[in-house]
Amino acid sequence: MSVTQDQFRRAMLDPAAPVPDGLLDGADRPAGRRFNVYRNNVAVSLTEAMRTGFPVITRLLGQQNMDGLSGLFLRAHPPASPLMMHYGAEFPAFLEGMEQLSHLPYLADVARLELALRRSYHAADAAPLAPEALGAADPEALMQSGLTLVPAAILLRSPWPVHAIWRFNTEPGAPKPTSGAQDVLITRPEFDPIPVLLPPGGADWIAALMDGHSIGDAHTRAQDAAADFDLATTLGLMLQGGALRSLITKKD
Amino acid sequence: MSNTVKTLAVAGAVAAALAGTTTGVEAQSKEKCYGVSLAGQNDCAAGPGTTCAGTSTVDYQGNAWTLVDAGTCADIDLPALADGTARHGSLEPLDRDLPA
Repeated sequence: MSVTQDQFRRAMLDPAAPVPDGLLDGADRPAGRRFNVYRNNVAVSLTEAMRTGFPVITRLLGQQNMDGLSGLFLRAHPPASPLMMHYGAEFPAFLEGMEQLSHLPYLADVARLELALRRSYHAADAAPLAPEALGAADPEALMQSGLTLVPAAILLRSPWPVHAIWRFNTEPGAPKPTSGAQDVLITRPEFDPIPVLLPPGGADWIAALMDGHSIGDAHTRAQDAAADFDLATTLGLMLQGGALRSLITKKD
Repeated sequence: MSNTVKTLAVAGAVAAALAGTTTGVEAQSKEKCYGVSLAGQNDCAAGPGTTCAGTSTVDYQGNAWTLVDAGTCADIDLPALADGTARHGSLEPLDRDLPA
C-alpha cells in the first residue's frame, strides 16, 4: 500500500498522528523512525524560522512562549511558499485570534512591522527620485503632480506605539515606550530597512499619494487629518530614506 | 486657505525638505565591514531561510560583515590574532578567522 501526499502531510503536521501506513525506506523496510525524524525537523525548523523572523515578538513573549506559540502557528499555517524569508504572513492575524494574548493587543501590529521590514528588505531595487527634481518643478505644477514610492517603502499605521516598542526591543538604551498611536514608514536607504516614525498627518499624506492623489490634494487631506501636519519633515524623511520613486506631472 | 497660499506653503515645505537633505546626509553613510563582528551578531535583516542572519560562528569571522559608519571600517579596534598579528576590518571578505 502506498501513502498519498495528503496522508503524509496530515501526519507530518500532527505529532500525535501515527506514522502513515506503508512508508518504506530505500531498502523497502518500514520507515517509521525516519518519518518521526522528518516530522520533528519540519516543526523545529519552522519554529526557528519564526524566531528569526519575529525577533521582537520573541523578546516580548520570551523564547519559550514564542516557541510554544510557533508550534501552534506552524501547524495551522504551514508554509504556502518555499520562500522562507516571507514565512509568517498570517502571524499577525493569528496573534489577534489568541484569546490568551488579548491583554497584549499591540502584538499583532509589532508582528506586522517585523513582516514589513522583511518585505522591504527583499523588495525590488529602484533608483530613488533625485531631490532636485522637486526643487526644479514649478510650484503650481507641483501641486497638480503625483508622487510614487519605491517598492521598498512600506507604510504601516497603528493605534499602538509600534515604533517605540520596536526600538525599545532592538536598540540598546532606547527610551521606554509611552502610549499613543504611531505611524511608520519603512525606508531602505542603503542595505537594510529602517522604520521611520512619521509626524502627525504624515501617513495621511503618504497614503493619499499612494492612492494616486496629487501633492496638493494629499496636502489638504493630511491637514484635515492633522491640523499641525508638517510637510517639510515628512518629505525630508522620505527623501533621506530614498522612499520616492518618481514625480508624475499632470499632462493637460 | 486659498490655493495660492496653499501652493506657497507646499513650495516652502519642499524647499525646506530639500535644504534638510543636502546637509548631514553624507555623514550617516554606512559601509559593509568584514571581520569585525562578534559570533552571531553580524547584521542581517533578511529573515529566516537566508544564510546571513546571525550565522557567524566565531568572533571577528573574516567573511561575516556588519554595517559601520563609512570610512571607519579599517580603524575599528580589534584584539590581535593568536600569533600577535594585528586584526583589521576590511571592505572585502577576509580569509582569517573562518569557522573550522
